[in-house]
Amino acid sequence: MKVRVAVSLKPGVLDPQGRAIHHSLEGLGFAGVRDVRAGRLIELDVADDTSDAALDEMCRKLLANLVIENYRIERVPA
Amino acid sequence: MNTAFRAAVVTFPGSNCDRDMAVAIEAISGAAPLRVWHGDAELPERLDLIALPGGFSYGDYLRSGAMAARSPIMRAVVAAAARGVAVLGVCNGFQVLTEAGLLPGALMRNAGIRFVCREVTLTVENTASPFTAGYCAGQRITIPVAHHDGNYFADEATLDALEGEGRVAFRYAEPVNGSSRSIAGVLNEAGNVLGMMPHPERAIEPAHGGSDGRALFSSITGFESVIGALVSA
Repeated sequence: MKVRVAVSLKPGVLDPQGRAIHHSLEGLGFAGVRDVRAGRLIELDVADDTSDAALDEMCRKLLANLVIENYRIERVPA
Repeated sequence: MNTAFRAAVVTFPGSNCDRDMAVAIEAISGAAPLRVWHGDAELPERLDLIALPGGFSYGDYLRSGAMAARSPIMRAVVAAAARGVAVLGVCNGFQVLTEAGLLPGALMRNAGIRFVCREVTLTVENTASPFTAGYCAGQRITIPVAHHDGNYFADEATLDALEGEGRVAFRYAEPVNGSSRSIAGVLNEAGNVLGMMPHPERAIEPAHGGSDGRALFSSITGFESVIGALVSA
């Protein structure tokens, strides 16, 4: 089973990379971009019987740093 | 000189300041630190100090310090810290300590995006810790920094607690990386764990361009070699 974990900076945490990307988009002439936040996508291939609790623990123990990041777990339909 | 001082320097894959750290500790304490590998499950016995050096452990994969914080040796470091053994993390070592939960907060990408590599001025905020007792309160010292992810972040409540408990060890006296409240180094609650982004081990003799880092090592080792004292005088 494929699982996607999207890790993003918490709202309010300064994101210098997102800001730099935003600046570059404006430099390329794209108007109307209000904000850019850069995150990370981690794709896992796990056993089908992997529990939600186990996935959650993976995120809390390693994949995300809860001081600065949020995470979202998505099971990808086969 | 004290040859009984027992320190260990941990090397992770990608550490690059481990030798500098070992040289600094030996120069001041007179005893060569033991060298420990990230895959070791145990630390040597009867340690007075564990040092986590700078570098780019595990290529900064996932987050700076994230992989190193979960390596076998760190379980032993966490246990030793709980017993009161002094632990010093510099630069990547600081990142490892936050990722391991030994220190609060996180080190994020520098606010200016760029890698910063230069000497900076710090103010010594706490002179009661075993790492900083050799400095004067409010003393300004010059120590080099070299990092991409040195932007210290913690929530307001954590920052207030750190300040209230005197756990901010060093503060930048100039803009460097966007750190919350200009924090350059923090202590744990018990005061035996210090993490800092600047590199004191790169400032221990005049040939380095300055020796302001020397007092940190003489504080924590409890020793200052006669030659060292003359050189730094």
